[in-house]
Amino acid sequence: MAERRPGAEPAVRVAADGRVLLSGDWTLRALSAGLPGLRAQLAQLPPVARWDFTAVQRLDSFGAVLLWHAWNRQWPATEGLADAQLRVIDRIAGSSGKLPASRARFGIVDAIVLLGGALLGFRGHALGFVALFGQIFLELAHVLRYPREWPLREVSANIHKVGVKAMPVTALVGFLIGVVLSYLSALQLKIFGADTFIVNILGLGIIRELGPVLVSVLVAGRSGSAMTAQLGVMRVTEEIDALAAMGISRGLRLVLPKVLALTLAMPLLVLWTSAVALLGGWVSAWVELDLSLGFFVQTLPAVVPITNLYIGLAKGAVFGFLIALIACHFGLRVRPNTESLSVNTTASVVTAITMVILADAVFAIATRSIGVPT
Amino acid sequence: MSAVPVVALHDIVTRFGANLVHDGLSLEIPAGEIVALVGGSGSGKTTLLRHIIGLTRPAGGTVRLFGEGLREGSIHERIARQRRFGVLFQQGALFSALTVGENIAFPLKELGVATAAELRDLVVLKLAMVEMEPEHAALMPAELSGGMIKRAALARALALEPELLLLDEPTAGLDPDRSAAFVRLIRSLHHELGLTVVLVTHDVDTLAALATRIAVLAERRIISFASLEETLKQDHPFIRRFFLGEHGRNALTRQGGNH
Repeated sequence: MAERRPGAEPAVRVAADGRVLLSGDWTLRALSAGLPGLRAQLAQLPPVARWDFTAVQRLDSFGAVLLWHAWNRQWPATEGLADAQLRVIDRIAGSSGKLPASRARFGIVDAIVLLGGALLGFRGHALGFVALFGQIFLELAHVLRYPREWPLREVSANIHKVGVKAMPVTALVGFLIGVVLSYLSALQLKIFGADTFIVNILGLGIIRELGPVLVSVLVAGRSGSAMTAQLGVMRVTEEIDALAAMGISRGLRLVLPKVLALTLAMPLLVLWTSAVALLGGWVSAWVELDLSLGFFVQTLPAVVPITNLYIGLAKGAVFGFLIALIACHFGLRVRPNTESLSVNTTASVVTAITMVILADAVFAIATRSIGVPT
Repeated sequence: MSAVPVVALHDIVTRFGANLVHDGLSLEIPAGEIVALVGGSGSGKTTLLRHIIGLTRPAGGTVRLFGEGLREGSIHERIARQRRFGVLFQQGALFSALTVGENIAFPLKELGVATAAELRDLVVLKLAMVEMEPEHAALMPAELSGGMIKRAALARALALEPELLLLDEPTAGLDPDRSAAFVRLIRSLHHELGLTVVLVTHDVDTLAALATRIAVLAERRIISFASLEETLKQDHPFIRRFFLGEHGRNALTRQGGNH
């Protein structure tokens, strides 16, 4: 039984009469130190031999497996085997080889299966996404009919979480992007002496394009992933099932507040980030081109039609809606294991950013003749 | 039986904020025993188990395993010491991203001593020890029932041939039938492998059927460490409530034949 030190060293040697003498502790702990040497010794033993266990003190299942494989999975002639040791080896003999080695080769059939799986998976995602999209509108219709059931607290909490708390990081990134954009543009404009056009470039670029997309990427990484992870863990811990059992709609309490909050908060974040980015742009223009703040503020409304701001805000709302919906879609698909949680969170962020950029392209085409001064 | 206790707790003090959980608790567990640690809810049974495993560190006192201090020696010595015990967590704590077979093979793979073929045989063997079939190796933990999770987790705890097995609520959440089967399983493993077993439980059925000694945790220390019969003779309000309440009495009557 438990001894203070690892017991006697396991050893194997061939006696003069051809018997193989085993001695010491044949346990995992005693064996692990000198295992490569022992394996080599076992491999060199004569194939047919008589195995003497008399000097073996302890034998556990690892030692038994080692010997069994050295015997090519067949009982050799043995002597001095204690009853307990016999039982251990016997159990190995009974269970050996029952678990087939996993298939390692990747064939043509696997490729087809993989492709089919991917296509079906995509179809599943598309159907699930459309279903969730429809569910949101049903929930919305429901709360419009029964105004008492508005999940106002949840919406407000979510706006705080995804909007207010995101303000510092979006401001920092926006400011720096504004500085960089303005600096690079100013260098070019100086060559042509077209210094004042910096306002046009910054105004149009940031308000119409950069602001909404920049915020979307940040929010998808920051809030989209958090939503997916939260819903995912709630699925793992059966909290979503508990809600369903109480007769509370998960769409109404979990999905709708998130989607609504992000749809409302995103235009505000876009406005805030665009403003800070413009400020950064002005700082850079002031240093580089000596442009005054008064001139910047006065020129901006004249060269950038207000429609651009509306387009930017509309984009913000649509992108926010998409990010939240995608995050919830993937969150609700999490299966109860850690791997699935990580896969779905990754997929949520990547899909959200891709969809936002796709939607941005659609916006660009749909609004190509609106708000661009000619 | 060697004289060195497998687990020796000396003067353990545990504090959670202002809440004093253990105050000068001492306990020595000799080799080969099945010790049940019982106590009321929140009396710090699981915390004590976590001290033994080394997951938490008591505010005072020493924990010694196999005669050596828990945090004594080089990093390799500490790891080697940790490999001498196996733990069955309350929820099983199987790695959810791995199959049952991979879960059982995981500690052995980490050790890096067995070949792939040997690993497969060992997995089947450990599964057989806990009365599971080789086919179960391919299942994911999420596909298992509560009882199977416990058994698979026990198989993983046995993977490194431990000398000491620590069980946290081994039968909690199992129906009486499964729970009795699990108790039988642990008893036969104890008999075959000569393990020392420490289990935390508040199921009187389990401990009456399994424990050779009972450590009662109350008033922030071990108030009694004795066999079931001797424990029952003690006159302490917690022991009376725990064992001689209606449920406890019924359980003891049921197990009467076994002792």
